Amino acid sequence: MTTVWPQLEPLLPRVQKPARYIGCEDGAKAKLPDPKLVSWCFTYPDTYEVGLPNQGLQILYEIINERPDARADRSYAPWTDLEELMRSHGVPLFSVEHHTPCNEFDVIAFNLSAELTYTNLLNCVDLAGVPVRTADRDDSHPLIMAGGHCTYNPEPLADYLDAVVLGDGEEVVGEITDVLVKHRSQPNASRADLLVALAQIESVYVPSLYEVTYDGPSVAAITPIGTEAQSAPSEIEKRTVADLADWPYPKQQLAPLTEVVHDRLNVEVFRGCTRGCRFCQAGMITRPVRERPAEQVRTMVAEGLERTGYDEVALTSLSTADFSDIADVVTDIIDDGDKADKGPVSVSLPSLRVDAFGVGIATQLQRAKRTGLTFAPEAGTWRMRQIINKLIREEDLYEAVDAAFANGWIRVKLYFLIGLPSETDEDTLGIAELAKNCVAIGKKYNNRASVTASVGGFVPKPFTPFQWFGQNTQEELQRKVDLLRDATKKMRGVNLKWHDPKATLAEGIASRGDRRIGPVIEQVWRNGGTFQEWSEHFNLDLWLDAMADHGLTVEDAVYRHRTEAEFLPWEHLSAGLHKDFLWQDWQDSLAEVGLEDCRWTPCYDCGACTGYGIEHVVASAKPPAGGSQGTGQDLASGGAVPVVLLTSSERQSATA
Amino acid sequence: MSEGDKPSGGEVNAQPEDEPKKPNLHAQRDRFFIRVRFSEFGKVRFISHRDVARLFERALRKLGLPVAYSEGFSPRPKLSFGLALSVGYESDAEYLDVELTEKVDLKGLAQRFTDAMPNGITVTEIIELDAGAASLQQAIVSCIWHIEVLGMSIAEMEAITASTMAATELPTERVRKGKTKVSDVRPSILGIEVVGPTENGVAIAAHLATEQLSMRPSELLVLLGIEPDQEGRITRTHQWMNLDGERCEPICLSEPSSKNETRDVFPGAFESTDSDTQADELHGVS
Ligand code: SF4
Repeated sequence: MTTVWPQLEPLLPRVQKPARYIGCEDGAKAKLPDPKLVSWCFTYPDTYEVGLPNQGLQILYEIINERPDARADRSYAPWTDLEELMRSHGVPLFSVEHHTPCNEFDVIAFNLSAELTYTNLLNCVDLAGVPVRTADRDDSHPLIMAGGHCTYNPEPLADYLDAVVLGDGEEVVGEITDVLVKHRSQPNASRADLLVALAQIESVYVPSLYEVTYDGPSVAAITPIGTEAQSAPSEIEKRTVADLADWPYPKQQLAPLTEVVHDRLNVEVFRGCTRGCRFCQAGMITRPVRERPAEQVRTMVAEGLERTGYDEVALTSLSTADFSDIADVVTDIIDDGDKADKGPVSVSLPSLRVDAFGVGIATQLQRAKRTGLTFAPEAGTWRMRQIINKLIREEDLYEAVDAAFANGWIRVKLYFLIGLPSETDEDTLGIAELAKNCVAIGKKYNNRASVTASVGGFVPKPFTPFQWFGQNTQEELQRKVDLLRDATKKMRGVNLKWHDPKATLAEGIASRGDRRIGPVIEQVWRNGGTFQEWSEHFNLDLWLDAMADHGLTVEDAVYRHRTEAEFLPWEHLSAGLHKDFLWQDWQDSLAEVGLEDCRWTPCYDCGACTGYGIEHVVASAKPPAGGSQGTGQDLASGGAVPVVLLTSSERQSATA
Repeated sequence: MSEGDKPSGGEVNAQPEDEPKKPNLHAQRDRFFIRVRFSEFGKVRFISHRDVARLFERALRKLGLPVAYSEGFSPRPKLSFGLALSVGYESDAEYLDVELTEKVDLKGLAQRFTDAMPNGITVTEIIELDAGAASLQQAIVSCIWHIEVLGMSIAEMEAITASTMAATELPTERVRKGKTKVSDVRPSILGIEVVGPTENGVAIAAHLATEQLSMRPSELLVLLGIEPDQEGRITRTHQWMNLDGERCEPICLSEPSSKNETRDVFPGAFESTDSDTQADELHGVS
């Protein structure tokens, strides 16, 4: 068993936050390195504080460690100070459990949740002593894999990743392990054979088995290469776990020794969202809605709090207030907390619905500590919100904000996007207007009331109806930020925050590009561009220089609108959504036509259920109080395709 | 966008984060205090003082002790620590006072506490404390540090310490609260002894004041002309209080911890070292 701890330990007093590198979390598995076991190193390509709470990695880490024939450790990107020392002292990237060098694992598997971490991924692979390009690796090297939301367009990293997993990883990670176990028993099988075997697993994409041809700025085709015996599928479908009840993970959430983001117990209450916000990639790619049974949520919360000693639990999902009978679930959790009598417990919802119902729940929840309240109206005018299908009326927002201030909050945060399709200056300035009106409401209750409007630049993501839309230029986004700065300067109580339009451009390059973007990312990394998610390290010039050096333009890669006929760089992958559904939704959007939530209305046959023979799993077929979107608006409904709506209990009796 | 967003872009009209305090509606109730002594060795030495506090908060909840909470919108458990231990230093003598709403049975509690804490943090003793006892922050006047200096012989080390102790004045530039000032730090060095050889160098025990001109081990090493890469393990072995002119530890261990190697240095410095009984008297332990 190799460990770099003796070399690492003397370096730690010389770096910031050395606790990032020691592991020792409550809940960590100490399965000792054993050459007989298939080994995974789950790696988050950003700092420990950002990566440790990642639930996806924690789930897979547990699933693998429960297997008798496999083991898993974790690793994170070292901060630049330690990286420098590691390079000068010859210390490779290591896992935090046993400080094992990462290149001693069978697989280094990355979670990709943000495109600006791509250069960190390359840096981690390089620090592990593994060639960054797939083509340069041989049998002695670990497989480099990735999963997570960004892998719905893995093409920019296609030449760097041996295999990519699309969709929910719970089942696939086991199937990959089975293939790896089998591969070990075949001493004559090569790495190439292994890659072909992996490509046979549903939802596993092996980029090196495909050939890409180009047609000017766009892709002409992506086709499997190789002989029939070594075939890879022409289309790779995402994986969807049908019922979260079967996967009560993480069973032992890691409780770190040092402070991390989201430092609390996190319990995922449902996956998927069908509200149909057109800008939201997470909602589109995770359909349909799969709720965890309320009883299981309750047990996971009670056991988790008991085991970790946390005083806060977050009920996570894309829109937790939509969870069936959320009010009862929350009441039960609080009652359980009172019964356990271990001090006040606060329950938080990562995103609130914009209505008084949401605030009512928040008030009930935040007993142990009162954090800020955040709403996401996303756009400043009703017209714009119709286009993005975020159907919140101004009255809904004001009602919610009024309830918040009336209940003692004095700071409210509002999230908005700029650079949305067909946005006018009136729409942009609507953001300032809304914020101002919210402050006025707050002043009725407290003179110190303030509202933070947080504004991000919109990046049209793959597998959304907006995937054809050309991203706003950096200059245009900056102009809109400036408009808002001028407008809010004199507004007392309005605090404007904005995301750097330069970073939005780089994110566009990494998320909308094809394989030709790979060398750009590699060059940014080689020129020192790690931690591009961090403003102190982000450098757009590195990206633009690399684009120019490779004869590419941001116009072609990011800014141009794409046509219905164009073959998109992710066209060989499937998030379950029919292309014609997305196109129709894009057309509806421009016609300002809304689309209701299919949880409570007939199905539109987007493909996410109908294509895989699965359904929504919800405990209640009734929409939550306040109606669809909490507005009660009459919306045009789509072409109805009846699907059976199974409740969790019906589902159980059906399978029993 | 989510609440985990990293800083980027810009901000105008920033306002301070604050929440109104709820008035204290509860009448003053009976309060009980316990004092916890713990050690910190190994990998956990790399966590910060703040991290240690969070771990104790979580451990207290796991144990279900009746901890008193502050009032207000964000109630916090009422814990108070002694002097912060710098990241990277080990310790055999850390302290924590906890306010409770009812009396608890101390039997076996230290062990249960240790079990609820990460590896490397061991709760060595817990005593009951008088409500009126001086707080750790107020009462601690000095600490003893066990410091390993790498690549140095006993003779070299003895020469250095002897000349330092022989000096009547040691004017030194020190930065405090952002200001550089020259002060005589000699009074802050209460004693230095060479303990003996270690595998890679020599160990000293340094008795340093924490009051007025407090001195940190790293500052002492600079003063002794020791290079940063010669700095080996540094361990706090004792914290001393001054109660009515008598020096004593906030809690004396009933059995010396195995790591407590420097317990017997400076025998003359603290006359009353058999202070189990003394601590009992001082804190009114029944
Ligand atoms: S297939 Fe139908 S029910 Fe399922 S997510 Fe799509 S529109 Fe909704």
